[in-house]
Amino acid sequence: MEEKLLNNDVKQFVAFKVGDQEYGADIHKVSIIEKTLNYARVPTAPDYIKGVVNLRGEIVTVMSLRLKFGLPEIEEDDETRTIIFKFNEVLLGIIVDSVDEVVTLKESDIESVTQITNDRSLDYILGIAKAGGRLITLLNIERLITELLEK
Amino acid sequence: MDMNQYLDIFIEEAREHLQQLNVSLLELEKNNKNKEVLNEVFRVAHTLKGMSGTMGYTKMQTLTHRMEDVLDALRNDRFVADSNMVDVLFKCLDALEIYVNTIAATGQEGDKSFSDVVDALHKIMENTKSVKKAEDTAAASAEVKDSESESGIKPNIVELNQYDINVIKKAIETNMNVYQMRVVLDQGCLLKAARAFIVFQILEKNSEVIKSIPKVEDIEDERFDFSFTVVVITEKSKDFFIQEINSVAEISAVEITPIAYDDLVSVEDNTEISESTDTQKIETTFAAAAAAQSNTGDQHKKFQKTGKTVRVDIDRLDLLMNLVSELIIIKTRLEESSVRKDDANIESIEYLERITTSLHDAVMRVRMVPVETVFNRFPRMIRDISRELNKDIELHMSGEDTELDRTVIDEIGDPLIHILRNSADHGLETHEERLKANKPSVGNIYLRAFQDGNNVVIEVEDDGQGIDAEKVRNKIIQKGMDSPEIVESLSDKEVIEYLFKPNFSTADKVTDLSGRGVGLDVVKTKIETLGGLVEVDSTRGKGTVFTIRIPLTLAIIQALLVRIGSEKYAIPLGSIQEIENVKPEEIRMVRNQEVILLRDMVVPIVRLGDILGVPDVEPDEDKKSITCVIAKKGEKLSAFVVDSLIGQQEIVIKSLGKVLSGVKYIAGATILGDGNVALILDVNSLAL
Repeated sequence: MEEKLLNNDVKQFVAFKVGDQEYGADIHKVSIIEKTLNYARVPTAPDYIKGVVNLRGEIVTVMSLRLKFGLPEIEEDDETRTIIFKFNEVLLGIIVDSVDEVVTLKESDIESVTQITNDRSLDYILGIAKAGGRLITLLNIERLITELLEK
Repeated sequence: MDMNQYLDIFIEEAREHLQQLNVSLLELEKNNKNKEVLNEVFRVAHTLKGMSGTMGYTKMQTLTHRMEDVLDALRNDRFVADSNMVDVLFKCLDALEIYVNTIAATGQEGDKSFSDVVDALHKIMENTKSVKKAEDTAAASAEVKDSESESGIKPNIVELNQYDINVIKKAIETNMNVYQMRVVLDQGCLLKAARAFIVFQILEKNSEVIKSIPKVEDIEDERFDFSFTVVVITEKSKDFFIQEINSVAEISAVEITPIAYDDLVSVEDNTEISESTDTQKIETTFAAAAAAQSNTGDQHKKFQKTGKTVRVDIDRLDLLMNLVSELIIIKTRLEESSVRKDDANIESIEYLERITTSLHDAVMRVRMVPVETVFNRFPRMIRDISRELNKDIELHMSGEDTELDRTVIDEIGDPLIHILRNSADHGLETHEERLKANKPSVGNIYLRAFQDGNNVVIEVEDDGQGIDAEKVRNKIIQKGMDSPEIVESLSDKEVIEYLFKPNFSTADKVTDLSGRGVGLDVVKTKIETLGGLVEVDSTRGKGTVFTIRIPLTLAIIQALLVRIGSEKYAIPLGSIQEIENVKPEEIRMVRNQEVILLRDMVVPIVRLGDILGVPDVEPDEDKKSITCVIAKKGEKLSAFVVDSLIGQQEIVIKSLGKVLSGVKYIAGATILGDGNVALILDVNSLAL
């Protein structure tokens, strides 16, 4: 009975920080989390594309979420992590300021944002969750990757 | 029986057969009396019919059956193939191809019935019946005779040598039975050799096999079609063998003929007759039942060829290539660490290097396919085009055995079709125009392939009117692609390059074939994604040559590693002509372009650091001399300025991935020995 509840109503998210904001991404889309990797800059690519890295023999594009969201760039430090997402056989690394924990959320904790506004810039956002007094913005990683592929 | 497992084989073989039909029909059109070709066409059609029947594709079967009727009539000289008839046959092929493609896509043959084609075939048959009534009776009687022999009252006895005859005579004298047996396997039988083996086991247990056609070794190697004939000496009865052999799976028929003493006498006479007539005799006897049988010599040759090959899924080869790539990356890492540590293992590492290089070569060779597989559909295409445009066009092909990587072969077809159509439509003049220009009325298109160093070159040349540079100039201005001043200052050769720009088309009238404004730019993009290059050279009134250059291998190449600022880049060695150290004062300005003089040649300078936006390029003032990598794009040279050279290395080309697929100037990425990534520069887009 309890297991069923786990499957249906509870989702796990990797919580991470970019700037002051805490974000969450569906744990099923996360392939691996790495410390900073040596990336090769790709000329003529948009500035939020930091470059490509070698992830165990595979070439993976790495993107800075800070730059993507229009925040100022900061020096990479011990806390900096690259989260490698996998969706539809496409690997994408996303550089975040720090990775905090894995949070387990109930459906009822998540509030949809489309109810509040129709703003297109909110396309990447699945919803906002309240967890222990914190507000976590849940990212739609599929949407983010699909958009990159369309360009 | 579940046929799905055979579907892939069916599709592949059907395509091969269709291609063969294409080639043979073209041959037939040229020489409609060629019996050999007719027989070949008939045989292939028959095989196709059998295959589609076995797989349960009844519509295909019906169509091929009708084709077979017509072909059979042709074969029996009831009428002669004219080009209209060949047209109908070609339409059949197209219909069959559509069936096969539908089957490949959906597993079903679809619901198109191509009744017009079937009707056309029917009409041909009707016509022959009404027109040639007189001959009909003769033909009918011939048919009766045919069927008589087919029912096999007494099939001819196989060719026996004197020794065999003596053995048989002895056997008959001692009251043994001598039988000639023809065993026919199911058309759908895949393990022919295995079935034949079981039959032979039965025979050998119960009799002595004194003769086998084809030879036992050939049967073991599956070098036979669907039947084989043996002569045995035995004590057992005919019925015993019929029962035993029929109990083997996938046997469709067993024909057993006793050989009597009298037969041998006639055989002895027959042995006098030359071998060819003898085999022919067998052929005619068995023709109807076993047209697919491999009695002719060239048939044998083909089976021998396929006997030694294996069909492998391209994915497996890709996997193999990936593993080789991994091996090369780790080898590079070993090499680097041994150089640093002054390792004693250096000798073993050098050996390892040799092995990996040979391994790479071997895997690459496995992936190579002759361009013939692409070329062989062109004669048919040119034939159709020439009829459509009402021009006489002859296609001359050479170098069909030049090999290219399988992935390139799959991609190169469309661009070539486009260029060929272009030559036929725009390049070659009409009949009248050619005569007026004192040229032979038949236009020629030459399609050539050859290897040139690490590249394969494919040329499409026509002896047509050439490209009218003035017309192109007007078009550029008219389309507003560039201002008249710029256009006038360009050389003819530079003007012709505009043909490869999007939305360009010079055809006065839009035809079915080309001139829709999409075209050469698509060709160019396609070739460039393959790492290749396309150039055009044209002489007014003489003709036009399109030259495509494609690298032999796509996965692993030799490259020069260079440093620009703090970044490392790889430049494919194949596109490097030489390295030059240039003093800063040797750089001159010509028309706002930095150039250097290289043995009296003006070579434009490309500052890679600026174009690639490298943040920490070393300024010229800090250097005593500037290192220039002289890169070649086709015939043209450019001098790439780099900060320093790192060295030559075998690199594995990896794709940048879908996210960055459209990025300019970069052809891919590679993993260096230290695990870092270096980008591979796309010389074609960087060069001026």
